[in-house]
Amino acid sequence: MALPAAANIEELSAWEVSEKQIGLWSDALQRFRRNRLAIAGAVLIGILVLVAFGSPLLVHLGIIADPIKQHVEFIEAGPGQNGYALGADELGRDTLSRLLFGSQVSLAVGIMVQAIILPIGLLIGLTAGYFGGRIDNLLMRFTDIWYAFPDLLFVLVVVSVFGPSLLTIFGAIALVNWVGLARLVRGQVLSIKEKEFVEAARSSGSSPAKLILKHLLPNSLGPIIVTLTFGIPNAIFLEAVLSFLGVGIQPPTPTWGQMVFDGYEAIYANPSSVVFPALAIGFTLLAFTFVGDGLRDALDPRMRR
Amino acid sequence: MQAADRKPTTAVRADPVLVRINGAVKHFPIGGFGGLAVRAVDGVDLEIRRGETLGLVGESGCGKSTLARLVTALLPVTAGSIMFDGQDITRLRGSKLRRVRRRMQIIFQDPFASLDPRMTVGDILQEPLDNFSIGTVRERRVRVQELLRLVGLNPNFTNRYPHEFSGGQRQRIGIARALAVNPSFIVCDEAVSALDVSIAAQIINLLQDLQREFNLTYLFIAHDLAVVRHLSDRIAVMYLGKVVETADRNDIYDRPQHPYTKALLSSIPVPDPAVERERAPISLKGEIPSPVNPPSGCRFHPRCPIARAPGICSDVDPPLEPHGAEDQAAACHFAGQF
Repeated sequence: MALPAAANIEELSAWEVSEKQIGLWSDALQRFRRNRLAIAGAVLIGILVLVAFGSPLLVHLGIIADPIKQHVEFIEAGPGQNGYALGADELGRDTLSRLLFGSQVSLAVGIMVQAIILPIGLLIGLTAGYFGGRIDNLLMRFTDIWYAFPDLLFVLVVVSVFGPSLLTIFGAIALVNWVGLARLVRGQVLSIKEKEFVEAARSSGSSPAKLILKHLLPNSLGPIIVTLTFGIPNAIFLEAVLSFLGVGIQPPTPTWGQMVFDGYEAIYANPSSVVFPALAIGFTLLAFTFVGDGLRDALDPRMRR
Repeated sequence: MQAADRKPTTAVRADPVLVRINGAVKHFPIGGFGGLAVRAVDGVDLEIRRGETLGLVGESGCGKSTLARLVTALLPVTAGSIMFDGQDITRLRGSKLRRVRRRMQIIFQDPFASLDPRMTVGDILQEPLDNFSIGTVRERRVRVQELLRLVGLNPNFTNRYPHEFSGGQRQRIGIARALAVNPSFIVCDEAVSALDVSIAAQIINLLQDLQREFNLTYLFIAHDLAVVRHLSDRIAVMYLGKVVETADRNDIYDRPQHPYTKALLSSIPVPDPAVERERAPISLKGEIPSPVNPPSGCRFHPRCPIARAPGICSDVDPPLEPHGAEDQAAACHFAGQF
């Protein structure tokens, strides 16, 4: 193709476009890095992951005690007594060791639940938002009805019907938490669908699958990531509540909620067995929430200077 | 343009009309009971001839942009037909519709909303080529650079994101995308309205150069009559979902037949202080009525300076009929009588 229309190209291409190219994700990363709380949260989560993976090794190396082994003679030992840095519980088990092992269940629940929620939420949200009309109505009313069930009651019923295994707990918590993501995705799709760049893509012959995968999904990714991140502390907390109520992960596997429940009866005699797991839950929730906040600010294009 | 062959012929090959809009209607239902609807486009007949630029003007909310989306099959019509090169595009679906899309493209008003912020310029320009499997992957890359050069941008910008460009540059990218598939018909939906005057002028010149180069047909939508006059061969004026006047651009400016056209034209400032002082703009009464519940009879009658209401103007909707110059038509009971 001949190019006489570009006779004035020299002059025009000299227009200024900054030399350094800024990718969208690296831009977001930069903004995330500037957020101190988010970085602190990320570091704490990093430590938690290390602990979760490393605690069996620590036991193997003899640095910490076995979290399940009972020592009748040291029941309710205080912090620092008899070589227990954080004391021992009502069965004489090392609180520190149980605390470290408890991170495994919490992290697994937090992350696995999101892994189950993601495909459900995407499927329902994208379908409802993209096709609209009757399909949207049907799916969203179904979602509304689901949302109307009280979370805890629903989880309790599911767990008591299917038995309190790790898998049913993942499933039960995911079943009450997918609604938020589905609604978010639908809302995102509804608003992006009307943008001119989607019309332009349709006009240039993009198929529905391509529209969804190349335009709608990438443009709603930021809010989705943020929602999933905020969903992690939610799931961790719900699991702790279940364990506290005695329908969570069954003993003797150490979980933080269970530890609070076990220590609760002797809270005045031996506060350490309640305080430390409670703090662990608190700080973990805080860490994920800070990271979620940081991600939200970093991924929101309106925050770009 | 082509004054000799203006009469419609039956042979498709020789048909000088590329796009023929017949009674196009688009209603947007607004929920609730009673079947209320926004009548954005309410019975439009219009012809766009091969190689010409048809300017479409009207106030905001008169249905210009909706018409643009009907013509490019981005919205389905409620009623009526739109023939593109002898084919009714309102009945096409799936792959047949995609084949027609390749021949008509649209350039949008907002250069910030019309480019996907998560795609690089190279990906944006390559998307239509990928969709229609034009050339090999290597050829597509070359073509993308060629397109950037064509609209006066640096071909090395393919890895840049839209947010790194200015409004005018982004509009050039939008134009390049429209040109990617070698269309014969381009709808410019207020393509320069969002730009500064000097940038708008550059874009208009670019559009004209491209039209000459590739023998393009334009439907140029704007609310700025001066811009439309500069660019168009013929002009159509829309009011509240209907076309009220069409004519050759000189006829419509010199001898408007519809009172609404006259009022619109009188609102253009003249860059000559002496003339400007003498100019007596006709100010229309009131606001543009709601397209949910348009006035009876002629839709313009409540604001019209020459309307006889109650009377024929408030009772009978005037059809678009020849008035004034050759090839001029107006929808008014008292066309030209002011």
